[in-house]
Amino acid sequence: MNAQNEPEIRELSYAEAIREAMDIALEADPSVLLMGEDIGVYGGAFQVTGDLVEKYGTDRVMDTPISELGGAGVAVGAALTGLKPIFEFQFSDFAALAMEQIVNQAAKVRFMLGGSVSVPLVMRFPAGSGTGAAAQHSQSIEAWLGHVPGLKVVQPSTPEDAKGLLLAAVADPDPVMIFEHKLLYKMKGQVPGGHYTTPIGKAAIRRVGKDVTIVATSIMVHKAMEAAEQLRADDIDAEVIDLRTVRPMDRDTVLSSVRKTGRLICVYEGVKTLGVGAEISAMVAESDAFDFLDAPIVRLGGAECPIPYNPELEKAVVPQMPDILAAARDIVKGRV
Amino acid sequence: MPETPQNTNLPYAIRAYSPERLREALKKMYLVRKFEEGAEDSYMRGLIHGTMHLSIGQEASAIGSTMALTDEDKITSTHRGHGHCVGKGADLGKMFAEFFGKETGYCKGRGGSMHIADPSKGNLGANGIVGGGLPIAVGAALSAKRLGTGAVTICFFGDGANNEGAFHEALNMASIWKLPVVFVCENNKYGMSTSTERSTAVKNIAERAAAYSMPGVTVDGNDFSAVTEAVDAAVERARAGDGPSLVENLTYRWRGHSKSDRNRYRTKEEINEWMGRDPIPAMAKLLMEHHIITEDGVAAIEAEAEKIIKDAIEFATNGPDPKVEAVTRDVYTTEATA
Repeated sequence: MNAQNEPEIRELSYAEAIREAMDIALEADPSVLLMGEDIGVYGGAFQVTGDLVEKYGTDRVMDTPISELGGAGVAVGAALTGLKPIFEFQFSDFAALAMEQIVNQAAKVRFMLGGSVSVPLVMRFPAGSGTGAAAQHSQSIEAWLGHVPGLKVVQPSTPEDAKGLLLAAVADPDPVMIFEHKLLYKMKGQVPGGHYTTPIGKAAIRRVGKDVTIVATSIMVHKAMEAAEQLRADDIDAEVIDLRTVRPMDRDTVLSSVRKTGRLICVYEGVKTLGVGAEISAMVAESDAFDFLDAPIVRLGGAECPIPYNPELEKAVVPQMPDILAAARDIVKGRV
Repeated sequence: MPETPQNTNLPYAIRAYSPERLREALKKMYLVRKFEEGAEDSYMRGLIHGTMHLSIGQEASAIGSTMALTDEDKITSTHRGHGHCVGKGADLGKMFAEFFGKETGYCKGRGGSMHIADPSKGNLGANGIVGGGLPIAVGAALSAKRLGTGAVTICFFGDGANNEGAFHEALNMASIWKLPVVFVCENNKYGMSTSTERSTAVKNIAERAAAYSMPGVTVDGNDFSAVTEAVDAAVERARAGDGPSLVENLTYRWRGHSKSDRNRYRTKEEINEWMGRDPIPAMAKLLMEHHIITEDGVAAIEAEAEKIIKDAIEFATNGPDPKVEAVTRDVYTTEATA
């Protein structure tokens, strides 16, 4: 399916783009199947699978019981024996119920068996705060899974990448964990038609700049872009990098940017300590890019508490656009 | 499957299997026993590090349960899984090589005793997590059903696993989707030190099948013929598309849970009583009674098994060690860029 046959680029929402990717995968490969809670006739808790069950039937768009551990394990077993499951967790928080199968089984089986098997498994995790769902339905846990060798972990920030990374994940022989921010599901964007993939392990430079590098993940990319626009008024030219993949991390793109700008801000929604920003910072500190730094590295991450219910509190515990703006002004003006 | 003659007074195994296959089964039981004795001996002599979980005393369960399977059929196994590997046709040399941590082992020295697998023969692997293999077996059965392979999956697990949530989730899903899987519980009375009486609310684990609308039977797991009769019926049911079953093989491990076990939770009398119910001489006696083998024939099979084990240890000893530089090689199928 090359661009000549499918030249059209349409405006789709992030959720529609994911659905289109699943549709393409189901259509192209009979071994692909969707599994998850209420993904059939209900259409998924966030209406991502939508009406796919009508087209593919309940054998290929399978509702599971509310059994995250067992369901994840069934997906692992199916992936080991010829199927390619795309498993939806209703909320990323529920991965805690299934960590045994994700971490001890899916991630390790290939290694433990000396490379004699692969686990072509895709897991989708609706993630993040901002929906008023409080502490058990709002976490950002990509760093948990990013800590596990054997897994690949991606966080698309645009509809185009949501589709491309999902199709890349389906084509990947190893388990790929996709964290989809719930507040992005309705976001619209330009999405190419047909089959294409967005490379796993490759960051995207969303805005070229020379004064400060802002490495952001998921929804924070949009807040960083907004901040970057406003920073023009301060005569600050920010470079915004959309990390896209947490594991394996795109070292080259980040380091090249830091060598150019000499300043680094990491913005991510997960809890600040021991998170994605720690790894980005360490990557820079351990490399020659460290010599190019003109200011200490700044991390903007989630507060050291569970996500609260009250909307003002909920907003306050994750980085917002003004936080990025202030951090960029400070770092450029030498106030850090 | 049943062959000659159709005399229902004969034990099931004698009716169902050819003399050749029965002699092969006896040999496999000896192989399991001698593999584990060899492993124990190698451990004492410092040739093996780590720990190991021996199934000595449980051989009829492992070999009897795998009689009806082909190489297309799958199994998932447990931390006490050497017998299941042998039942599924594993090469003893590669098993020992894995135990010795060699590149020539089934897992190239990455897995050890607790992860021996042979996907080419349908053995999806032992598992270090109690209950870890249960949902995976259901997934393998889902693949068989969706892809129409006709394969059956046998899911081995111990009595300890029946109190894991994964057990209940797996049985429920296998039942609602009517999948071709047979859950074989090897109830050796203790989950490490805790007896089933102290850990499990039902008397027989097979009773739990009722909660998931599937047949459940409890059999003498040291009686080869009783094991094959129950498991073969369940395999046949699965293959016919009638869904899952639960078979509970009552058995006993002569050795401790692992190397750290001081056996303080059971009596010498209990251990001795079960050692008197050794499944291997019982199997030999069964075959002799039905003129399938002579006493000399049994001795010859035992000697053959010893020779295979000796050669297997030699193969393992002479194998190359894995290269430290290659330790991360099989983390990903395609090399991650990080």
